[in-house]
Parts: sequence; structure tokens; C-alpha cells
Amino acid sequence: MSTETANAGAGAAKGSAADGAREYGVDNPAPLITAPRARTARTPKSTRTNFEMYGWLFMRLSGIVLVVLVIGHLLIQLVLDGGVSKIGFAFVAGRWASPFWQVWDLLMLWLAMLHGANGLRTVINDYAERDNSRFWLKMLLYTATVFTVLLGTLVIFTFDPNIR
Amino acid sequence: MPAGTLYRGREGMWSWVAHRVTGVLIFFFLFVHVLDTALVRVSPETYDETVAIYKTPLVNVMEYGLVAAILFHALNGLRVVAVDFWSKGAKYQKQMLWTVMAVWGVLMVGAFYPVLQHTLHSLFGS
Repeated sequence: MSTETANAGAGAAKGSAADGAREYGVDNPAPLITAPRARTARTPKSTRTNFEMYGWLFMRLSGIVLVVLVIGHLLIQLVLDGGVSKIGFAFVAGRWASPFWQVWDLLMLWLAMLHGANGLRTVINDYAERDNSRFWLKMLLYTATVFTVLLGTLVIFTFDPNIR
Repeated sequence: MPAGTLYRGREGMWSWVAHRVTGVLIFFFLFVHVLDTALVRVSPETYDETVAIYKTPLVNVMEYGLVAAILFHALNGLRVVAVDFWSKGAKYQKQMLWTVMAVWGVLMVGAFYPVLQHTLHSLFGS
């Protein structure tokens, strides 16, 4: 019953619905279907850049540098000279008196934050299934990352050992 | 679910899972750590009071856990680089994982006393 109605509707233009099987020809052209993987107006623009490849490369290069920076940092802060006991304002002031450790910490801050942010971006893309959840989780991530990187940079550059 | 269809993985999958979990944990600690360090711009007292939290036994043990997560992520990260860039990396990925775990174990034994000495001294005397 419903099939008949559908046929009648679709074939109404040419009026040959009664035949059942209609043949395509000059007077009744077959509908066009877009070829698979054809670039259309709906193809995302991001597929035209190598952003993901550079992200992949950055994770490996920054990772190698971070192994040295972070393990050095852990040795100084948590292992050598009494472990966590000696950490305090005076200890921080003593280390940041040297430009070498300022640059060390600044480089570590930027590389670790970008490495971690890109890692979490991958995790969000993998597990957040709804478009909206993915978008807002990444906006939250980017906001927190920019805030933390700027705050840390400001603290290293404006550190004042004689704050009082 | 029919029995025996759950993929339980091998060395490659579990090291990938552990790399993700440790990475997320380290990243969350990094946020907290930048915030606590920023307190040096408030006053020496505020900073020292906050750092005192890092010297309590519970948080000191968590620092040992942080060292464990960072060492695994660092060593396994070097393994991932080797798998990607060394021509025989994929072939030896299992052997490299067991090497990573062995080096990790040695470093964790070596880090036990230095990292936890503050708690050991405060709880059991010096």
C-alpha cells in the first residue's frame, strides 16, 4: 500500500509508474551521486594542512628535551641534598639568581605545557564523542594552558628575592 | 557478551594505556605546580606555608608516585621515539618495553630513600 503510494509520487512527473520497472534514458536521466572522497564544499579545510604531522613530530622532539630537563629538575628538587626538606622561598631565590636556571625552568614550562596540552587534545579527540563536548573540552584545555603558561612566564621574569 | 571476545592486549597495548594514564596525571600535577610556584610572587611566608604541604607524609608518598609516573612516561617515550625512528624499532618493541621496566625498577629502588627521606626522618627519627 505505502509502496504503491511512493511509486505513484516518484513516477508522477513522467507518468509511467504503472510499468513498475522504469528505464533510465535521455528523457529520464539517472540521478548523479557524488564520487566517494571527492573534495566538496563540506570537506573540512583542516585536511589541507600538515598540522597533525607537525604535532606528532613536536611530541617526539619536545619529549626528548623534556627527559633531560624534567629528570634534572627532579634530581635537584626531590633527590639531592635532603630531598623535599630544603625547598622553600630561600631555595627558589638561590636558584633563580642564575640566568641558567631561569632559562631551564622557562624552557621546561613551555615545552611541558605544550607537550601536555597536545597530549590531552589527543585524549579528548579520542574519547569525547559528541561534537559539542569535544569543542568545549578543548576550549577549556586551551584556556587553562594559555593562562598557566603566561602565569608561569610572568613569575619567572618578575621574581623578586627582596619581595618585602 | 560471548566469552573470550574481550581483547586483553599485549605489551604494546598496555604500555600505550600506561603512557596515556601517566601523561594525564603528570599534566594535571603541572597545573597545580605552576600555581603553587606562583605564590613566590605573593610572599615568602605564603609560599613556605604551601610548600609545607609537600612535606607531609601523605603528599611525600604521592611525590614518589609522581616520580614513578614521570620515569615511566620518560623511558617509554624514548621507546616510542625508537619505534618510530629506528628501522628495527617495531621489531624490538617488546624487548625495549622490558628494558624500560627494568631501568624503571632500578631507578625507583634508587629513588626510594632520597625522595622519602623527609617522611622517614620525621616519622621514625633521624
